[in-house]
Amino acid sequence: MTAFLAKRLGFGFLTLVVASVVVFAVMEILPGDPARVMLGMNATPEALETLRNQMGLNEPVLLRYLNWAGGLLTGDFGRSYTYSSPVVDLIGERVIVSLPLAIISLVLSTAIAIPVGIYAAARRGRAGDTVSMGAAQLGVAVPNFWFALLLIYVFAVWLRLVPAGGFPGWSGGIWPGLKSLILPAIALALPQAAILARVTRSAMLEVLGEDYIRTARAKGMPRRYVLWRHALRNAMIPVLTILGLQFAFLLAGTIIIENVFYLPGLGRLVFQAITQRDLIVVEGVVMLLVASVVVVNILVDICYALVDPRLRVRG
Amino acid sequence: MKILSSVLVASAIALASGTAAFAARTDLVVGVVLEPPHLDPTAGAAAAIDEIVYANIFEGLTRIGPSGEVLPALAESWEISDDGKVYTFKLRTGVKFHDGSGFDAEDVKFSLDRARAEDSTNAQKILFAAIDDVEAVDPATVKVTLKHPQGSFLYNMGWGDAVIVAPESADGNKEKPIGTGPFTFQNWAKGSSVTMVKNPDYWGEPVALEKAEFRIVPDAAAAIPALLSGDVQAFPNAPVGDALPQIQSDPRFKVVVGSTEGETVLSMNNEKPPFDNLKVRQAISYALDRQAIIDGATAGLGTPIGSHFSPANAAYVDLTATYPHDVEKAKALLKEAGLENGFSATIKLPPPPYARQGGEIVASELRQVGINLEIIPLEWADWLKQVFTDKDYDMSIVSHTEPNDIDIYSRPDYYFNYQNPEFNKVIEELNVTSDEAKRKELYGQAQKILAADAPVGFLFQLPKIGVWDAKLEGMWENAPIQATDLTKVKWAE
Repeated sequence: MTAFLAKRLGFGFLTLVVASVVVFAVMEILPGDPARVMLGMNATPEALETLRNQMGLNEPVLLRYLNWAGGLLTGDFGRSYTYSSPVVDLIGERVIVSLPLAIISLVLSTAIAIPVGIYAAARRGRAGDTVSMGAAQLGVAVPNFWFALLLIYVFAVWLRLVPAGGFPGWSGGIWPGLKSLILPAIALALPQAAILARVTRSAMLEVLGEDYIRTARAKGMPRRYVLWRHALRNAMIPVLTILGLQFAFLLAGTIIIENVFYLPGLGRLVFQAITQRDLIVVEGVVMLLVASVVVVNILVDICYALVDPRLRVRG
Repeated sequence: MKILSSVLVASAIALASGTAAFAARTDLVVGVVLEPPHLDPTAGAAAAIDEIVYANIFEGLTRIGPSGEVLPALAESWEISDDGKVYTFKLRTGVKFHDGSGFDAEDVKFSLDRARAEDSTNAQKILFAAIDDVEAVDPATVKVTLKHPQGSFLYNMGWGDAVIVAPESADGNKEKPIGTGPFTFQNWAKGSSVTMVKNPDYWGEPVALEKAEFRIVPDAAAAIPALLSGDVQAFPNAPVGDALPQIQSDPRFKVVVGSTEGETVLSMNNEKPPFDNLKVRQAISYALDRQAIIDGATAGLGTPIGSHFSPANAAYVDLTATYPHDVEKAKALLKEAGLENGFSATIKLPPPPYARQGGEIVASELRQVGINLEIIPLEWADWLKQVFTDKDYDMSIVSHTEPNDIDIYSRPDYYFNYQNPEFNKVIEELNVTSDEAKRKELYGQAQKILAADAPVGFLFQLPKIGVWDAKLEGMWENAPIQATDLTKVKWAE
């Protein structure tokens, strides 16, 4: 297990190094001058030059990369060009929105999808299967921003149970913060749950066709016990893979939902930073996301090993 | 049950505060589309900064009023020497910055010197270019000496970029703005909102609102539910788009269409053939159907313009009839220019919807006279680089939002690549003239030269669509300067 972990961590670090080079290079190629974006169409050349010097944009590329990458190792992500505050602080302010949102939607989608998937697999071909998989098909097809607007009109404009958007922060207590995350979490969870339910169903069906399931049934084990003890555990590998991917997506790929609910999350931070050419913020957020994907993948690998002992040896 | 209990709590609070329960509301949530990069108006061009802090948190020597007039602010009055070069400002006394430090002539000297210094990053440094010297005569008197008379000097001092800041706090203004205005900055939740509260020590007439929050609502689809649910009570620049009729028909809201200082033009690279040929530029102007463009790009709300000047300005001359829509004339002019088979060019469009939608209509109109435009959409930073800085473009559409900016056509390195000595002479004269009647006449001349020479296709003045709660009073109808001035805003009882 130790060797397995060491190898995984080593690969993870290598991924991060490669990613840092790629991210930095892409940002270099991106056209546009951050100083010009800041000072606009009426700025004088001297003012632009002064600002470029202040931002450190006139230093050689290699030096800037080394400064930046060196800073990352010590947890210093640099200073934002536009906000002129440390990138770490900016990310910190956004993570406290994005992370809870990602976790809530992941929990929601798992809580819906896995029972539905198992139920559909157990009732394969019967009415329950058709109805639940039809609903899942609908869930995949409905665009989540449209679903989000529908939720807003029903629960915020009409019933006035929750705010239509915005985030009050956690300083006023957990409940107001949670209240503003409920609708976005549901809007995000629905399509994720639909996908996950379909994956769970097909993974279950595959396992249910295995010889050992038939053997277990043949020796008189109760149907429910076979389903939950033997089949589910073996069907978990593809489900975990999808869950890992979904978590990484939920952390940053939620820009549309963040816009519809005007939540100050990571997706909007990175979107705004790109339009303003606040490259150092973009680089910082992208590295953080790469790191979170690496970590989630390592965790998923560990989970594989937990559900399937054979992988521990091979790893 | 939850709802019931919160109703009970709310009514308990209302009872506790007694008579206050029947008084008018004193809080306001204003929706803004773009988040400012920071909150220092002297260090950035973003309209989003001024739309929050101007007149609310920061004040200058003068200020621009709701109809574009110059009003006294921190300068109570002023005297101008006979040669028009020396301005002596009499300052208000007893004014305090929000951190408690006093305001006096030294702060004015510091602010103006800082803005025009060599290492200044003021986005409108050009406003201070005429200043030769700033002298603090005594704590309540400042003498500004100009290199040459400048007719627009008092107006310039009213821009957000010319607000007065204190040496003690200037460096921190990006994060924690400290000015002299009627509102004190309270909190900026990045990505969410900027909150300000009433300044109890304000030198002037106190504001009616106790608290104002500018909430960032970036998405048009989110703006409507935010209004309908009452979360946001005013959008000075409402991104409502196609949903405008829905809001207009709702008696809870007031929809006010006003004007901005944004002259929207079809810009052309005047150095690049065939745009260097006056006949070609005239042909393009004849080919444009302004009304169709206004209908398509601004839902019919823009005001047509025939030169680079705001119709709201007193010196405005209506020149929209210079080149009326006439396809045959356009074709004839192209033929005279030796282009009877037309030509192909590109049009690079920045992201605002007026540009993207306007560009499509312009392209289809020009196709009728044989000019084939390839549409290239660019994001803002890329547009600034390719079109504005590198001048690597044929045509573009953009709104020039700075107030009174007709002089951009005389700037040697401006992206139009336009040179006209006759026009430059008028602008030079305008710069050194402070007599109002004479200025008006010169502005008229400048407008006429541009209209005839057609260095760009003049399209429309960008409208300002404001939507707010019908019970809200004192919001600005027009935007003579980029600002959301809340100093006179209050709730009707």
